[in-house]
Amino acid sequence: MTLLRHLVAAVVAGAVLWAASVQLSAFRDFQMAEIAVYVVAIAGLSVLIGLSGQISLGNGAFMAVGAYTTALLMIHLDWPLWAVLPASAAVAAAGGAVVGLAAARLSGPYLAGATLMLAVALPSLAVQFPGVFGGDQGLSVTVTAPASLGAAFPQTRWLAWVCALATLVTLVILANLARSRVGRNWRAIRDDPVAAALAGLNVAWLRVLAFIVSAACAGLAGAMLAVTTSLVSPGSFTLSLSIALLAGAVLGGLGTLLGAVWGGLVIVLVPTYVTDVASSHGLSGGVAANIPIAAYGVVLIVVMLAFPYGIQGGLRRLAGQFLSTPPTRLGPPGQRPPADEHAEDLDSPYRRPPVSEHQEEGTS
Amino acid sequence: MIKSFSLRLPVIAAAVTASLVAAGCGSSSSSGGSGGAAAASAPGITSTQILIGSHQPLTGPAAPGYSEIAPAANAYFQYVNAHGGINGRKIKYTYLDDGYDPAKTVSVVHQLVLQDSVFAIFNGLGTPTHLAVAPYLNSNKVPDLFIASGCDCWNNPTTYPYSFGWQLDYVREGKILGAYIKQHFAGKKVGYFYQNDEFGQDGVKGLDMEIPHSQVVSRQTYVPTNVNIGPAAAALKASGAQVVVSFSIPAFTALLKLAALKLGWNPTFVVSDVGSDPMTLAGLLEAFAKKGGATVQGNQLTQGIITDGYLPTLGDTGNSWIALFKKVHDTYDAKAPFDGNVLYGEAVGYAFVQAMLKAGKNPTRASVVKAIEGGIAQGASVAPYDYSASDHGGMMGAFIGVIKNGAIVQQGPVWTTDTSATGAVTSFTGTQPAAPANGIP
Repeated sequence: MTLLRHLVAAVVAGAVLWAASVQLSAFRDFQMAEIAVYVVAIAGLSVLIGLSGQISLGNGAFMAVGAYTTALLMIHLDWPLWAVLPASAAVAAAGGAVVGLAAARLSGPYLAGATLMLAVALPSLAVQFPGVFGGDQGLSVTVTAPASLGAAFPQTRWLAWVCALATLVTLVILANLARSRVGRNWRAIRDDPVAAALAGLNVAWLRVLAFIVSAACAGLAGAMLAVTTSLVSPGSFTLSLSIALLAGAVLGGLGTLLGAVWGGLVIVLVPTYVTDVASSHGLSGGVAANIPIAAYGVVLIVVMLAFPYGIQGGLRRLAGQFLSTPPTRLGPPGQRPPADEHAEDLDSPYRRPPVSEHQEEGTS
Repeated sequence: MIKSFSLRLPVIAAAVTASLVAAGCGSSSSSGGSGGAAAASAPGITSTQILIGSHQPLTGPAAPGYSEIAPAANAYFQYVNAHGGINGRKIKYTYLDDGYDPAKTVSVVHQLVLQDSVFAIFNGLGTPTHLAVAPYLNSNKVPDLFIASGCDCWNNPTTYPYSFGWQLDYVREGKILGAYIKQHFAGKKVGYFYQNDEFGQDGVKGLDMEIPHSQVVSRQTYVPTNVNIGPAAAALKASGAQVVVSFSIPAFTALLKLAALKLGWNPTFVVSDVGSDPMTLAGLLEAFAKKGGATVQGNQLTQGIITDGYLPTLGDTGNSWIALFKKVHDTYDAKAPFDGNVLYGEAVGYAFVQAMLKAGKNPTRASVVKAIEGGIAQGASVAPYDYSASDHGGMMGAFIGVIKNGAIVQQGPVWTTDTSATGAVTSFTGTQPAAPANGIP
């Protein structure tokens, strides 16, 4: 039932995206692919933080794992694209399992620290073994649109199609997972691990599983990034990427798939728009160059002040105030909603209060 | 309860698509440079304008110093624009920040090529960053002119028919430094210290073509992300090296010098052009020493460092090129210090104007490639260019210099060579032409 509904929704979304990609300019198609990369990566992180209550500053490293897997499979084994994307996700998931085994024993700042180390250390392996990973200059990946589409078919539209499809598939899987028993169990261990364990849940395994799912998403995103940018190099997987993913997840709204979409849109589009505006107003080089970063910071601060639950949470509140829902039902921030109403709701901002406890542990 | 979230996914789907479509509709209409004017001969070229783009590290780790280059090139373009432009067309130079992140480079170059429809990508900065876009530019036949990287990899007309290097490549530089060491430090023990990537490895390739292997007693590397170079310095000292050749960026030249100072070890330092700008070095030395609780005189420590240069030295105020670029700098880019980076930016801007003038009254992407392959006259560089249909490298040589009192002083003639193991390092017999009086090629 749920699966069917999600599938129908995904097909509709796919049709609209397809129509859009045909209408849009080549560069906008490219941006669509870029946004898709971030949506997948952020969705994976959002599930980890928002549902299982763990934090990761290392998902940029899992993206690197996926991206290098893609490059190596394509260069050495000549695998086709449809096989490479899931394979990259699988390899990253295996990496996630290993890290998850260690991470399940850690919590709060220790977990953040361990995953931070991953983000810093893993990409530099590529520099240490230049023979395999191409060193600083990386490996190039060439993906061309299938010949059956015609020689004049825009390459960026093909990229947009591939990435949009991969994103929709990922979102359907994640949406189902979140509503399945696994998703409920994750929420249980997030809200109270001791109670969950007493109720018979295997807390450690559930935590590892969340890491696996999150890493698989990051790996797929890395593979998509490799295909989109046609290059895999350590410079693309810096610590700031991992931080950007976290910022995107928080900005969009933790634990919500729609929030991941908002996060991806902000990360990709805000700098581009602001750069356009800054350069069209003839600002001096040094100022114009730093404005996108400043604007990103301002957006982050404003969103956090205005919408503590992220953009998605904020929109829900607004919608709740203007639509049929009586405002009293929403209650003040921090107050737990009636359990039956939103208990299984992945998109509800109400999962925020319990998360914030973990958040504080994780980031303080 | 079913009702409460039955709309959830469709809502997500609708929002995803709506936002992506909204994103797309934004400013996609502004593209296209092919208006109806008669002289609009190529993308980015109208009857009144030549639009070019670039990716530059305006923020991030590579920004200090390097972020001065594009504004300096733009200053020279403004000077040209104010003096009639190129065949009546004004140059518009759009350089976007990539933060030295290859993924971002891909993004901004797509934006420049697809959305802004630039005529060419000019002086894209960095080896790892530019490698990310060179295949894309070439498969789309976008001229990729005068890349700001000394990697030998651009000089590959078969793979990259639209790419051209400009500055002296690191292999040639290594050979020129190596030949100098072979001649002046015969029999002395030599140690290498180099960045473990294309830059350092190419440099060492060149050094090894000239310096006998028996003379090299130690080879130490560093990666730019790890500032702990103490062990490498200790190993070099232990090897008994009397001459240390350093293919390093300025920060690591300074770190090596300070580490040697700490060890009480005083070899002769030979440093590649990239890592030897005296002003930058002196500042870094003083800053690093201060962090370690010591006070040093930057200019005292750089005294005697041997290096090379492919543009006239800044202190050579009698040089007509320095006078020209100083004048342009003072008018259009006065806020930046007149240092090596600014000189570089203006000089490469000059080369671009040379190429465009040669590409004809109504230049096309193919005609500018052909123009450069036909050879570009020697401009601000001390040695000529070697551009041809089979060579897309750039400058052929440099002089050897020694840092004295915070400035590089040229020693002896300009040396030229090629990138092969057998090509000799010979002294350049020609003289550098004077800068044109009106400052335009």
